[in-house]
Amino acid sequence: MIAFVIRRLLQGVIVMLVVGFIAFSLFNFVGDPVALMLPPEATQADRQAMREALGLDRPFWAQFATFITNAVQGNFGISLRLGRPVSALLVERLPATLELAFVAAGFALLVGIPLGVYTGLNRNSWLSRFFLTVSLIGVSLPTFLIGIFLILIFAVWLGWLPSFGRGDTVAVGGWTTGFLTPTGLKALILPSITLGLFQLTLVMRLVRSEMLEVLRTDYIKFARARGLTSRSIHFGHALKNTLVPVITITGLQLGAIIAFAIITETVFQWPGMGLLFIQAVQFADIPVMAAYLCLIGLIFVTINLVVDLLYYLVDPRLRADRAVAGGH
Amino acid sequence: MDAIRRFLDGDVFFSFKRSPLVIAAFVVSVGCIVAAAGAGFLAPHNPFDLATLNLLDAFTPPAWTERGNPAYLLGTDDQGRDVLSAIMYGSRVSLLVGLAAVSLAMVVGVSLGLLAGYAGGKVDAFIMRVADVQLSFPSILIALLIDGVARAALPKEVHDTAAIYVLVLAIAASGWVQYARTVRGSTLVERNKEYVQAARVIGRHPLAIMFSHVLPNVLGPVLVLATIHIGTAILTEATLSFLGVGVPPTQPSLGTLIRIGNDFLFSGEWWITVFPGAWLVLMVLAINLLGDWLRDALNPKLR
Repeated sequence: MIAFVIRRLLQGVIVMLVVGFIAFSLFNFVGDPVALMLPPEATQADRQAMREALGLDRPFWAQFATFITNAVQGNFGISLRLGRPVSALLVERLPATLELAFVAAGFALLVGIPLGVYTGLNRNSWLSRFFLTVSLIGVSLPTFLIGIFLILIFAVWLGWLPSFGRGDTVAVGGWTTGFLTPTGLKALILPSITLGLFQLTLVMRLVRSEMLEVLRTDYIKFARARGLTSRSIHFGHALKNTLVPVITITGLQLGAIIAFAIITETVFQWPGMGLLFIQAVQFADIPVMAAYLCLIGLIFVTINLVVDLLYYLVDPRLRADRAVAGGH
Repeated sequence: MDAIRRFLDGDVFFSFKRSPLVIAAFVVSVGCIVAAAGAGFLAPHNPFDLATLNLLDAFTPPAWTERGNPAYLLGTDDQGRDVLSAIMYGSRVSLLVGLAAVSLAMVVGVSLGLLAGYAGGKVDAFIMRVADVQLSFPSILIALLIDGVARAALPKEVHDTAAIYVLVLAIAASGWVQYARTVRGSTLVERNKEYVQAARVIGRHPLAIMFSHVLPNVLGPVLVLATIHIGTAILTEATLSFLGVGVPPTQPSLGTLIRIGNDFLFSGEWWITVFPGAWLVLMVLAINLLGDWLRDALNPKLR
């Protein structure tokens, strides 16, 4: 178990170093920071002085080491577009993205699991076929179009819900939240549906196929033979065993949700990290791009690690297998 | 003639004939391709010919509504361009970028997969580790990043002309992994078969063995994968263009059209967004359905 954790941790560190290296290369090979910071009429001596002041004359690896040290401390320099420290910008935008991502994931699970159970249990009813067809169309719909259509229907035609922004937010400590005001909650509805819809179809299809698989197993037949109620069989025995892959996939999808938030945030002008990133790409704002890259990398590596460990804890068979294979 | 008769009697065509949904998907796909390829002759207007544009025609709603003009079936946009014609020209850009990106991803992925599977050892470990790391990030993020780097690295004038190539590269770079993994898996199996050993014994060059002997035997699943990938690639292109980092506005794709139309959503000109969006969905849905069917029809295990 400990060896497994250490190996996974090491892999995570290596991936982070690679991501950091790419982010660092952005600074080094894309544009010349000295040319950007000095006026065009600067002399060669000025340039040299600037180079030394910035530490750009040092060997490549020494510069990389400095970059990593700074990055670990959250120091990514100053945004070229907004003229403010990148870390402050990201911290300011983080709550908006995280709130959106968690509401979207919650929506996907709360609606996706019951739909999956229903379509798994009643596989031939017309309602199940309807859900499955709709989910196929849902997969072919790009996120931004779902957002646009939702805005068109609920904001422009019906006028029920706001079409952009977060509504009123309340600052709790350093965290701005939209959960505490009515306009904030209303503003969350359309973006989180847009963001969660793809994951919803995924969860639904996954739960359905797992249910079909589990319902065929011997212990379900045995439970039926014992005369248990269908309710206790379906929810107590079957559903419980379908949840292992659901946990894994949802965990892994949480990263995808945060990444796809870029699109949703652009459609709804949601003031999160994704919108910051897309503006950085449009303006070639390297420090923001590098910092976002590192942050997303960190989130992905952490999620992968946590999911692996969770899997290990939830499914006792994995532990047994490994113990045997490892000769313990 | 004989080949055609054999195809018409074969079971692939039989399963095609039996499913009305697949036939519909086929008709829609072919229709989209013809409309895109023949945009120059078929489109009722030329949306890029400034001489024919009339600003007085701007924001004409679709022809069947009250203020509609029969000359503009699906209405016009803010500059008086015919939406239907713009869609036909736009889907040409979308299809071209999608096809080019899929081809590039296929060539790169298949080559690396062959190399990894046939060479084994450190080469294999390196390629597959890169693939693993890339696979743990969503492809749209990787495409965005490559696009962003190119935008920062190239001067503005160069970037505008090169934007489409950068886009193709970005989408291809985010999609090669699946081809590499599939091909590597089949190559590992093929490598130990007798015909490969025989080729090795007669002293053929490893590259010749890989490309002329192994490649034809691992290509089947790759083609199916490519069909499904086309839909994804078109959606990725549309998403990037919608985000404003895709093709330049001078050569709008479907995604660019949707982005332009999005600005007029609130003033009630819904047709500028909705029709390109619906066209995109219809096209991708049809291609995906065809891909799904092809995968099942060519898979002997499912029969």
